Amino acid sequence: MRIGIVCPYSWDVPGGVQFHVRDLAEVLVDRGHDVSVLAPADDDTPLPAYVVPAGRAVPVPYNGSVARVNFGPISAARVRRWLREGEFDVLHIHEPATPSLSVLACWAATGPIVATFHTSTLRSRAMLAAYPILEPTLEKIRARIAVSEDARRTLVEHIGGDAVLIPNGVFVDRFAGATPEPAWRGEAGTVGFIGRMDEERKGLPTLLAAFELLLAARPGTRLVVAGRGDAEEAAEDMSASVRAAVTFLGEVSEPEKARLLRTVDVYVAPNLGGESFGIVLVEALAAGAPVLASDLDAFRRVLDDGRVGVLFPTGDVTALAAALGDLLDDEPRRQELSRAGSAWCRRYDWSTVVEDLLAVYETVAAGAGAVREDERRTWRERLRL
Amino acid sequence: MTWTLGVALLLVVGWYLFFSATRLDRIHARVEGARSALDAQLVRRASVSLQLAVSGLLDPATSLLVAGAAHEAREADDADRELAESNLTRALHAAFDESGLPEALDADPAGHALIGELAGACLRVELARRFLNDAVRGARVVRRKRAVRYARLAGHAPWPPTFEMDDTPPPGLMRGGRAAPSTVLP
Repeated sequence: MRIGIVCPYSWDVPGGVQFHVRDLAEVLVDRGHDVSVLAPADDDTPLPAYVVPAGRAVPVPYNGSVARVNFGPISAARVRRWLREGEFDVLHIHEPATPSLSVLACWAATGPIVATFHTSTLRSRAMLAAYPILEPTLEKIRARIAVSEDARRTLVEHIGGDAVLIPNGVFVDRFAGATPEPAWRGEAGTVGFIGRMDEERKGLPTLLAAFELLLAARPGTRLVVAGRGDAEEAAEDMSASVRAAVTFLGEVSEPEKARLLRTVDVYVAPNLGGESFGIVLVEALAAGAPVLASDLDAFRRVLDDGRVGVLFPTGDVTALAAALGDLLDDEPRRQELSRAGSAWCRRYDWSTVVEDLLAVYETVAAGAGAVREDERRTWRERLRL
Repeated sequence: MTWTLGVALLLVVGWYLFFSATRLDRIHARVEGARSALDAQLVRRASVSLQLAVSGLLDPATSLLVAGAAHEAREADDADRELAESNLTRALHAAFDESGLPEALDADPAGHALIGELAGACLRVELARRFLNDAVRGARVVRRKRAVRYARLAGHAPWPPTFEMDDTPPPGLMRGGRAAPSTVLP
């Protein structure tokens, strides 16, 4: 199949959507499909062969943070050219409610269009203001995919209709086969955390407070923290003994992340909220790490309601410290969790996920003809279909 | 002799306090006037932005960006307003600077009228904020005076706040003589 994929966020900035698009494109290429990805990027950025740059991304304030995106007539013209030259059998856009290339592509195209909704944090007020503008464009989407139950619920509440659930994919074997790193181990056990340090909702402060309690009872335990952010700032309130027991790795590469998850005795996800899926939990399961996570809806689902991982009340430092101590003391329980997790996470493996996505592509493309440029000439007509 | 001097002194002090109170009252009125003028211009800018966003003249990505920012600006409470208005300014810059959008809109009669109005609104926001902050600075000078402080002439009136935001009109929008050039402002 000839598949056109549109990524709304700047290709050179790491992020969940970008990683998902990259992995998806690579899996599809491996299976012999003809894939082209349109993404915001400078013309001189080094890019994989399948990526077509749509021009430099512009940082704009959107939904409470800064997004690096493409919009405006010049980007719209590039999108049209890409659509014309691509002659795709199916067009797969990501995050179509973001002011970027995805909505432009949806606007400019007609035919088999598939859209994936990743986020569960659409702001309803801004969404309501903008919805009349989007409606005619989003109506062209023939198949809607949500990556999680939370993303699906957001979609249903704000836009209406329904979506099929296809989770984000993980290369399970890359995590299962990674080599542990002895230098990161603590003699009385190793605890891992991955996530942005400076983002409150990722919950690092909760974990650090719990770890301090734990350390009093279990000296020699090590906490390894990976992720973007200022380690000095995070370490500010720590006593010297706690500081000495924490290793800050900074931002890590994908292989390093896999090795970290293979090294730890317990992986902790202390997030406070705002999570739509929790891909890092799946990665931890894939690496065979026992997972201890806050009981957010999204995490509860990924951990099969606590069967393949342990849940604790969100934000509860004492409960986290107690659960962490129990897990570190209970080797058989950890082995059991590791086995159950490794089996469960297969459903998130790219080999499964891509089959589901191809089934969606085939369903919408069957007898539909190729993706064409929407011929309506004036902008006004194009919007008010 | 001494009582005549005393009365004269009292008269002078009384007159000075009366004069200061009147001056303070006048300048407070000027601040409030300037504040409501700025409020009106900000609301107008947000409304025109929203109108443009839903006009169907923009591509949907730009529409979404502008509509989102305009909506946030209109809904923001006092504490968040400066940030929300600055974000609208940034969104307008992103939409209109070096995007080719103003030129495309100029080709359409309705579009031409709307961006003319938006350019005017942006310029007036810049002016109104300048006038407000100028009035606030004046009010602060008067309120710092000893006579005003000791005689508590300001009563319980709050310390007048300035309005701090990024209000630079997008250059892409201001070209083509759409609004008076803002070069009069330093």
